[in-house]
Amino acid sequence: MNFEDTPEEAEFRAEARAFLKKHLDPAENDRDARYQPDFIERAKKWQKTKAEGGFAQITWPKQFGGRGGTPIQQVIWNQEESKFNAPTYPFAIGLGMCLPTVIAFGSDEHKKRYVPPALTGEEIWCQLFSEPAAGSDVAGLKTKAVRDGDEWVINGQKVWTTGAHISDYGIVLTRTDPDVPKHKGLTMFIIDMKDPGVEVRPIHQASGGSEFNEVYFTDVRIPDSDRLGEPGQGWKVALVTLMNERLAVGGSAGPDWREIMNYAREAGTMSDAAFRSKLADWYVAAQGYKLTKFRTQTALSKGETPGPESSIGKVITANQMQDICNSAMEMQDHYGLISDCEKAPMEAAFQEGWLWAPGMRIAGGTDEILKNIIAERVLGLPQDVRVDKDKPFSRMG
Amino acid sequence: MDFDFSDDQKFLRDEARKFLEAQCDSGVVRKVLDNDNVHHSDELWTQIKEMGWLGTAIPGEYGGLGLGMLELCVIAEELGRVLAPVPFGSSIYFFAEGLKAFGSDAQKQEFLPKVADGSIVGCVGASEGPGPITAVSIKCEFDGSQVTGSKIPVTDGGIATHALLLVKEGSGTSLVIADLSADGVTSETLKTVEPTRDHAQLTFSAAPGERLGEAGQGIEMYQAILDRAAILLAFEQLGGASRAQEMAIEYAKERHAFGRPIGGNQAIKHKLADMYVKNEVARSNAYYGAWALSTDAAELPEAAAAARIAASEAFWFASKENTQTHGGMGFTWEVDCHLFYRRAKLLAVQAGAPAVWKEKLVRALEMKNAA
Repeated sequence: MNFEDTPEEAEFRAEARAFLKKHLDPAENDRDARYQPDFIERAKKWQKTKAEGGFAQITWPKQFGGRGGTPIQQVIWNQEESKFNAPTYPFAIGLGMCLPTVIAFGSDEHKKRYVPPALTGEEIWCQLFSEPAAGSDVAGLKTKAVRDGDEWVINGQKVWTTGAHISDYGIVLTRTDPDVPKHKGLTMFIIDMKDPGVEVRPIHQASGGSEFNEVYFTDVRIPDSDRLGEPGQGWKVALVTLMNERLAVGGSAGPDWREIMNYAREAGTMSDAAFRSKLADWYVAAQGYKLTKFRTQTALSKGETPGPESSIGKVITANQMQDICNSAMEMQDHYGLISDCEKAPMEAAFQEGWLWAPGMRIAGGTDEILKNIIAERVLGLPQDVRVDKDKPFSRMG
Repeated sequence: MDFDFSDDQKFLRDEARKFLEAQCDSGVVRKVLDNDNVHHSDELWTQIKEMGWLGTAIPGEYGGLGLGMLELCVIAEELGRVLAPVPFGSSIYFFAEGLKAFGSDAQKQEFLPKVADGSIVGCVGASEGPGPITAVSIKCEFDGSQVTGSKIPVTDGGIATHALLLVKEGSGTSLVIADLSADGVTSETLKTVEPTRDHAQLTFSAAPGERLGEAGQGIEMYQAILDRAAILLAFEQLGGASRAQEMAIEYAKERHAFGRPIGGNQAIKHKLADMYVKNEVARSNAYYGAWALSTDAAELPEAAAAARIAASEAFWFASKENTQTHGGMGFTWEVDCHLFYRRAKLLAVQAGAPAVWKEKLVRALEMKNAA
């Protein structure tokens, strides 16, 4: 047992660090400026630099502009890049989820047309799955695609689409046959987000901000050649996208045990016995998750397939962040209400985390769906009852 | 990054598992459970001696196999899985490790080879009454050569030949080795919630004892021994928690109610998913403890505390919710759920309860992150 890199890993890490140091100044980057226009510009510039240096999508084959590297190299790159506050956010969904789907199911023309500009940051992609009436049960979606000669006509609405307003393209999951059971009547397409029939409206979130969008489609015409997979095979295509989601959506950012311990010391509340007990629990769970990622990294380093243990991540982190922020606010008593970063302790980090936490527990799979996934796929327990499984979608209320 | 056991260590684990599954099914544990006059499985203990496991981490010069602490962690997990009713932990994690850490060369020469071949069995006596052990809770007294006082409970105290005792000496505390066959030592078996392991009250009336380590350093040395033992106990807890989880999953798939397996209901699925998360958190923290133990890392105190807190929580949760998943069957004497429930409690309190370790952890974090 040790925590050191192998010589090859150390060499790659040094190369990655040198590249990052040459091109990025951590002080210059502000993670919170996410959707400001100059942030997008900086992000695009960084993505291009990365691609030119051979560090964009390290595990992708060279023919798609990747490095042809190993998963452990990608892990090392991510570790190093995150220390520089690199502006990678606008590309996470496109490169992490959409393009792998295009590569798996698209034609040679698709790959030639879409992969290079996505890799170099010229084009941003979004993923259009969730709908107002189809969240956890996303296969129950209603957005319609009707065939008309060589084209399909799309009508309907998507919701919770991250980055739709800055995206050039998206992958959209639609219902093409309502007269078969829900999973069997879906089809996936590539959609041009600049089409006049696509309307993007920001969602005013409960947290006050607007990171997500609603997307409306009115008679959007998509050529049949932009279909991904066969008609009716959309669910199979979507599963590939969602499998990549688990890799793309990392641990949630926000205050952790260190921040609340620092705050408690500053506030003079470190001696409270109930607080000390909770602090120990937070540390143990956070450390448990961090070390579990080391186990995954070890498997990758040895060229093995990691076990399912990393699936514990979001269940731990989102809840813990909510609990830590809540405790810190209660420690502040009445003053804990204040979310003005000029007046609230730690620049209102706890208040901001507290407002954001309910969303974290839902995005990328609710706590309940994630526990179902662990129970069914890891522990092998039976699936939930699905009363609509074998009935035509059009006959379900 | 190599945060895993080696292939050789995994081979040892597989062999240990095969051996224990064959030699220590729950029938072996139940023989101890169901007989008030039997407090460990002598047959299993003899086999373990013959396998040489007692000497796993005892250096070759003192009669051991001279393997490392990682190998001992591997064996601990397997003993935990089968709830082995033997004094392995008392004799090895506490007594032998205490001698290794603080014994003089003469003491190591005298005792370690006999611990390694099983001709003596060690235990540790610290508790004297309800509540955590502190420098002022110790009343059992040592005058430089003789011990007077009482220790209750002492895990494996009735089957051990020697005890490591935390005693009061003058205004401080010391550690003392006592031969339990000497005059002035009496042992009384205790009724506990965990009858598959021996528990006794040991009473000393001017019984002979010899000091281990420096006088006046008792509580400090005891804490250092606990830090190391906590990690080994965490592996036993992890083994028990993993087995309890397997039992719960197996039963949830088999047992039908309302026309389908109960494991298809989210109330059960989410409970078992929570169990999985706690067990993985415990496993990762235990591995980190193993690393700290095997390298004598500066991080040992917080690694030990985190390993112990996570493993105690995981085994408690897995043992109680395994019983719950089994429903009424789980509350019968014949089904094994209660064996895990009982063992989980022993392992959670025998080296200090979780609350004590949480406080130790936070103190370690404060020291480490001193401004």
